[in-house]
Amino acid sequence: MSELIFEKSKHGCTGCSLTHLDVPQAEIDIPTRAGIGLPTLSEPEVVRHFTNLSRKNFALDIGFYPLGSCTMKYNPKVNEDMAALPGFAQLHPYQPDSSAQGALELLWELDRALCEITGMDRFTLQPAAGAHGELTGLFLIARYFQEKGQKRDIVLVPDSAHGTNPASAALAGCQVVVVRSDSRGGVDLEDLKAKLSDRVMALMLTNPNTLGLFDENILTIAELVHAVGGLLYYDGANLEGTCGYARPGDMGFDVVHVNLHKTFSTPHGGGGPGSGPVGVKEMLEPFLPVPVVTKKADGAFALDWERPQTIGMMRSFLGNFLVAVKAYTYILSLGGTGLRQMTADAVLNANYLLSLVKGTYELPYDRICKHEFVLSTHKFGQWGLKVTDVAKRLLDKGFHAPTIAFPLIVDGALMVEPTETESKGTLESFAKALLEIEEEARTHPELLKEAPRHTPVRRIDDVAANRSPVLRWK
Amino acid sequence: MRYFPLTPDDRVEMLGALGLSSTEDLFADIPAAIRIRQPFSIPALFEPEVVERLESLAAKNLNTKSTSSFLGGGIYRHYVPAAIKHLLMRAEFYTAYTPYQAEVSQGTLQAVFEYQTMICLLTGMEVANASMYDGATAVAEASLMARSITGRKRVLVAGSLHPQYRATLRTYLHLQGLELVEVPWDERGALDLSRVCAEEAACLIVQSPNFFGLVEEMSAAGQWIHAAGGIFVHAFAEAASLGLLPPSASFDADIACGEGQSLGMPPSYGGPGLGIFAAKEKYVRRMPGRLIGEALDADGQRAFTMVLATREQHIRREKATSNICSNQALCALNALIYLSLLGEEGFRQVAEQCYHKAHYLAERLQAVAGLKPTFAAPFFNEVAFTIPGSPQALNAYLLKHGILGGIALDRDYPGLANSWLVAATEMNSKEQIDALVARVAQWRGGLA
Repeated sequence: MSELIFEKSKHGCTGCSLTHLDVPQAEIDIPTRAGIGLPTLSEPEVVRHFTNLSRKNFALDIGFYPLGSCTMKYNPKVNEDMAALPGFAQLHPYQPDSSAQGALELLWELDRALCEITGMDRFTLQPAAGAHGELTGLFLIARYFQEKGQKRDIVLVPDSAHGTNPASAALAGCQVVVVRSDSRGGVDLEDLKAKLSDRVMALMLTNPNTLGLFDENILTIAELVHAVGGLLYYDGANLEGTCGYARPGDMGFDVVHVNLHKTFSTPHGGGGPGSGPVGVKEMLEPFLPVPVVTKKADGAFALDWERPQTIGMMRSFLGNFLVAVKAYTYILSLGGTGLRQMTADAVLNANYLLSLVKGTYELPYDRICKHEFVLSTHKFGQWGLKVTDVAKRLLDKGFHAPTIAFPLIVDGALMVEPTETESKGTLESFAKALLEIEEEARTHPELLKEAPRHTPVRRIDDVAANRSPVLRWK
Repeated sequence: MRYFPLTPDDRVEMLGALGLSSTEDLFADIPAAIRIRQPFSIPALFEPEVVERLESLAAKNLNTKSTSSFLGGGIYRHYVPAAIKHLLMRAEFYTAYTPYQAEVSQGTLQAVFEYQTMICLLTGMEVANASMYDGATAVAEASLMARSITGRKRVLVAGSLHPQYRATLRTYLHLQGLELVEVPWDERGALDLSRVCAEEAACLIVQSPNFFGLVEEMSAAGQWIHAAGGIFVHAFAEAASLGLLPPSASFDADIACGEGQSLGMPPSYGGPGLGIFAAKEKYVRRMPGRLIGEALDADGQRAFTMVLATREQHIRREKATSNICSNQALCALNALIYLSLLGEEGFRQVAEQCYHKAHYLAERLQAVAGLKPTFAAPFFNEVAFTIPGSPQALNAYLLKHGILGGIALDRDYPGLANSWLVAATEMNSKEQIDALVARVAQWRGGLA
């Protein structure tokens, strides 16, 4: 059934057709290797292998994929077509700026659009993903304080934060201090005050947070952090929840990253490539990674590498450029009005779906949510069940499961993000499935325990897989 | 808006069910002082207008498909078999998320497992991860892993490592309090270890072929750093070289990492590409990134799942081996399909053709009066020439004649002011090479 490509290989086949060598063969004066051991198959066999593999995936184009904080919205087809244009896909990063004016203009325009959307002054499009954006942002902040001659080494993160926040802070050489959430799911102001000092470099905040709740105290939080001289970092994973209704720049954030593969509809590709542009307020602009796109007086665009205060480079070249092309296509397709409608529908969908299941499922923080919400499956414990069992049963009912067991502050968390690209009917079917599962849990818990039954493989034994990991075929 | 399924009636009905009278009520928790009442100024375009706008931007660029190009420097144009895009564009692959629910992600998971195996085959290493962002960040993570293994804080890096990888490394290491020491090259362009000290070094990072295209003597470098207890990192920026050159394991590299764009991806103005990362098995728990392992399901059938996640940020938080979450999964699939189609013979042929084309190019350029190779060490598919005059001027001349020439090395290497780096792959025909050489000769003639 799940034969590997290596197990299908047979001698005497090829899946490619290369042109003949049209220059004389040179003497090979470098050491060379013996065989590699790559499989050999014909093109139809390779195509069939991967087509059949693809059929073992659930995907957004197949059905509802409500992974919380992942913003699994429809990925418009036109975006893919635009990114595949030879005028973008076939550009070489070392070609002269004069021969890549359209690409530079696109990056410039996307920067302008992201500035308007977030309320920041300037963006770098180099970071390859959200976590990479976080690291970039923290490097920028660190450089800012270095220039000011201040030694600050503490990064505050709420207990509801994404795991990447503390991991990025550690990678930036900082000490992580956790701030508690209060009874409404926001930052606990008293705890924040207790932890603020002149050693605090930044507070990293997702707003709306991972509970899907907008922190109503955001202006006070910004004031408190700024009062001790610290900066405020915005994790843009949840930009979807307020885009067009409020901007992080107006909330007091000094640095933001946005995830083009979330809010701006670029596909996640089974794990990437993403793109995590970082926007900053003016005082941080000199430190942005090189190169920076500039517009000259004559209207021509160029890459500026001569920036004495730059933090350097965060990766090679200009980042995941083709992902930027897709996001720009999306922004033009929606425009300001569409972006506002996008958020309105995403938030309406989330609240409507929540209203259909709350009561049956425990809602730890009962407020109007933004684009996502978090339920607790704590009560399933009485039937010997865990949140994983609920998730696996959802797979049987034809849905992808929500994010589970996160955020950590909710016991047995189910984090649901429907997005604006789902219909009312889909939300109702999903709610029905969740209600059925709760009923099954009470009456036939084995249905959950033994789930999934209707998927390409049954429940996987992760414990055994981790005991003596097999990481490659031999 | 065509992407939004809610109808105006749906919206009214749903708001009603929530006991709200308007959309604004959904945002009442946002303080009034910062709530936006008007849409952004960005105009919305109809789909045909969007296409026209993007096509017009694309048309302003000179692309390497319609132009003859000799640019390399970590991004290479190789033939991409037609089947690849059709498979990558299967929505089951590209519209899926990270495989958090393994039972409905077996396609992605098995593909990554196969990809990890392919990378182990190419490099000879024992384990490979699911991908990093690119070659530069893969190298940066390798140095942090070496620090974690050895507890040492000095990172030795070849000056001939890709300048942008070195720049990235500097950015990453700065705040970790790690010291970066550059190892010079000798007059042949090869690594010169005689002027640096291996003591207390966490690792030695050597790119081969190096940024100048030269093949390094890796065994000696490996022995040198191992004798001092450091980690040996093999970096590469042209993955096609792995089809011909000895694998990383053959010279006892502890970590092999680099850029995989050559494995079936277009140049894409530098991204997305593929960060490749492989290591010796004994270091697997210190590796960054996602790892996929073989498993069994409840019926005892073969399956695949994420393993050793306790190294990762979503479990370990600030104690994770890296902060990476999203990677370049679709690019890893791209590389896997490419290698599956090319197979043993095809991949070897690509590497050999690159070698022969570049050597033909070098031989012809050498015949132009006043041009001579900057370095004498053997090269793979890229070679630097010292030219009589400015490389920028030569490039501008060539561009006027529709040729994307080479890389002027002076921005990154002020000591190599007249050095011009040219690359050739199987995509450069003899005709293109001859035309380039003729133009270079003409330009040279104009100087005299």
